[in-house]
Amino acid sequence: MIAALSRREFLQAGGALVIGFTLSAPGFAQRAARAESKLGKTLDTGEVDGFIAVNGDGSVTIYSGKVDLGQGLRIAIPQMAAEELGIGVEQIAMVEGDTALTPDQGATAGSSGIIRGGVQIRQAAATARETLIGLAAARTGKPAAEFDTVDGEVRPKSGGTGIRFGDLVGDKRFGVRVDPKAKLRDPASYRVVGQPLARPDIPGKVNGRHVFVHDFKIEGMLHGRIVRPPSVGAKLNAVDETSIKSIPDARVVRINDFLGVVAPNEWDAVSAARMLKAQWSESAPLLGADAVLAWMRTGPFDGDETLVKKGDARQALAAAKKVNAEFYWPMQSHGSMGPSCAVADVRDGNATVWSASQATHRFRETIAKALALPKDAVRVVYLDGSGCYGMNGHDDAAADAVLLSRAVGRPVRVQWSREDEHGWDPKAPPQLLSLEGAVGDDGKIAAWRTEMWIPKATASLPNMPLLALDAAGIAQTPGITTGLISQNGDPPYAVPHQEVLVHWLKSSPLRPSNFRAPGKVANLFAVESFTDMLAVAARRDPVEFRLQGLSDPRGIEVIRRTAALIGWQPRPSPAPNFGSGRGFAYVHYKHNESYVAMAMEVDVDKASGAIRVRRVACAHDCGLIINPATLKAQIEGNILQTLSRTLFEQVAFDRSRVTSIDWASYPILRFPDAPEIQIDLVNRPTEPPLGAGEASATPVPAALANAVYDAVGARVTTVPFTRDRVRAAIA
Amino acid sequence: MPSFTLAVNGEAKTVEVRDPDEPLLYVLRDRLSLTGAKFGCGLGQCGACTVIVDDEAVRSCRMPVSKSAGKKITTIEGLGTPDKPHPLQVAFVTEQAAQCGYCVTGMVMTGAAALARKPNLTREEAQQALAGNLCRCGTHQRILHAMLRAAGKATA
Repeated sequence: MIAALSRREFLQAGGALVIGFTLSAPGFAQRAARAESKLGKTLDTGEVDGFIAVNGDGSVTIYSGKVDLGQGLRIAIPQMAAEELGIGVEQIAMVEGDTALTPDQGATAGSSGIIRGGVQIRQAAATARETLIGLAAARTGKPAAEFDTVDGEVRPKSGGTGIRFGDLVGDKRFGVRVDPKAKLRDPASYRVVGQPLARPDIPGKVNGRHVFVHDFKIEGMLHGRIVRPPSVGAKLNAVDETSIKSIPDARVVRINDFLGVVAPNEWDAVSAARMLKAQWSESAPLLGADAVLAWMRTGPFDGDETLVKKGDARQALAAAKKVNAEFYWPMQSHGSMGPSCAVADVRDGNATVWSASQATHRFRETIAKALALPKDAVRVVYLDGSGCYGMNGHDDAAADAVLLSRAVGRPVRVQWSREDEHGWDPKAPPQLLSLEGAVGDDGKIAAWRTEMWIPKATASLPNMPLLALDAAGIAQTPGITTGLISQNGDPPYAVPHQEVLVHWLKSSPLRPSNFRAPGKVANLFAVESFTDMLAVAARRDPVEFRLQGLSDPRGIEVIRRTAALIGWQPRPSPAPNFGSGRGFAYVHYKHNESYVAMAMEVDVDKASGAIRVRRVACAHDCGLIINPATLKAQIEGNILQTLSRTLFEQVAFDRSRVTSIDWASYPILRFPDAPEIQIDLVNRPTEPPLGAGEASATPVPAALANAVYDAVGARVTTVPFTRDRVRAAIA
Repeated sequence: MPSFTLAVNGEAKTVEVRDPDEPLLYVLRDRLSLTGAKFGCGLGQCGACTVIVDDEAVRSCRMPVSKSAGKKITTIEGLGTPDKPHPLQVAFVTEQAAQCGYCVTGMVMTGAAALARKPNLTREEAQQALAGNLCRCGTHQRILHAMLRAAGKATA
């Protein structure tokens, strides 16, 4: 049972939320609330009722633990459910990431929304369909085999009138376990899956009525702002509360080194946070950006690990004519457009948090522990945030709001400043890779070694350590989170002798977290740049060189399609004409997920070092395609965001603080930099659906580096590809 | 407390503020419940807070409320409604030109002002018009397509 709010209170507290959703998706939350209030909602992932409710009017509510972060799950998962249920997708509403309503399907991370979340709900829907048919069969006395579900009815296959879902189980429980053997529909019969259906949230986002967590208000809510220390790790020596007395309703909250202000009016909270005089200790615990590379080579380390070993790469390379290269990827910021925001209401032994959390169930435990409350007294409700590509500051902002709300006994909304977001969001960790390899007389890769220097994530860390809890002196499990950053360090091509060795660094220079395709963007930058270097050594065309090492037909197909899309003419690099080039890269994501090939055309200005990306082509195979429109949007986003990361981005910091704290000091890609993108989707209806939120990010940097090499005969191995770096490489 | 009367979406709205330098963005979002304009940076660097003031796209995070009085202010809520959207809003929906969607209202406002100046703008002109609006999700291509669609140049 949820103690935090009674059913009635839930409906009341959700009032503002209902308004927001009503405008973008009519009826959405009302149906959800009705189902919830009548059913006494189970959260069991083994129960059909955990995921699916049929309402009295025959519409359906889906309860998804996976959330829509802008990637389109809000349409894709209903499509999967609609197909199996036999009902129009417009008859389905989806409730996302509410610990009181949705089963725990794990974090929305690692491109798992469809692969795991959608597939789980699809199976529940298939079970529901069998149950509905069984009920109709019992009611009519005819065999179940004579029925199918169509348009929200169970109908005789032979024709005639059907029985509406609502008349069979409307406002009632299914009361059945999800049957892992419930038969899925034949992909050849799909009518909803595979269609480029529009996302339900886009009209509201375009007309300004959609309610982001940033826009969410509840009765009696105060606005809070956090006063960050001037240096990482600084201690708060003194606070002069009289310094904000000109703002009558503002109030200071201090818990050890956690310092914030609250006020009924948002601008008063912002003003008070700026005006508040506080004395902090000196602190300089950081490495400084300039020292990171040397630190990565020297440690301290937490051991070495051999991830891949085939044949004897060291011996094979000892006798060969070797190619060597070192690649460096700096720390980067998630750079969400909207600084992190959350609303918390902590009162009377209960807590409700509205957050853009990727993992509301996991986060609930963190909040419960921090507040010393039972888990059942805490409810975390997902609301859309600003784009989140891994863990940005959303959990931190929620912890800020929770502490402020507890202190003042009223609901508090916290939104970070731009400086907070750039300065304090957890950063993608740095990566250093050293590669050596050789080609044989047959022109194929004979041997390959990759060494990586990367931070080691803490095993079983419950949650990334949060700034507010740290500052307030509230115990939390120490450690770092990075995602699986050592994958895809080995080539996807046939190489008889290969080795991947990781030197695990004990820490990271700034608090790290997962950032889209964690680690694999840098690893593929190295692996696929190096593949081109070996192709150059073999004097082979880069596409032919890749194809000769591949036997997987799905990999071969995306490479061939990409080459066709961009009009690739075989020849070795560099290009005969200086200044214009083309580059290619390929990935089999994690060696067991999506296949992506990418090509791009660039112009490089010798005098300035400026790179202009003219055109990008990408063929993409993620198995069964649920929605080609949202899939293409994800691929475009991966390409443009990763071009931005490769061309422009690195976090600047000194011994005390991050110094790239706005969009001038941390530039990202702008409209004039945006190339034309062409995408070719490979649909494989009989294969399982795979993820698409990450894979197509990973070939971008190498495709770009290879194109720059093709254009100017010089290789850039350090990100970002600044004009200075490109000029230096050419010189 | 100082009081200002603003002409927002064709309606006169009087607000009392402690600080005449309070940015228009906070007045719109916090006092008038017009939350379509978003806070992105407070520095005029990203465009998420863009509104149209006297036909110009303006960063509402940098415009003091005291300087907003007497001007004609249009927010995303006044540009179009769910029932009667602006042609550029229709184009954004047609092109599905949003991922997270946080920056989108600012894009629409900047784009609408640009289209009002030049209804048949080119791709390059759209790129320049939106050069001061940042998008992190990488929706640039769709947003440009939406701009061209609204300019009568839909390619697909």
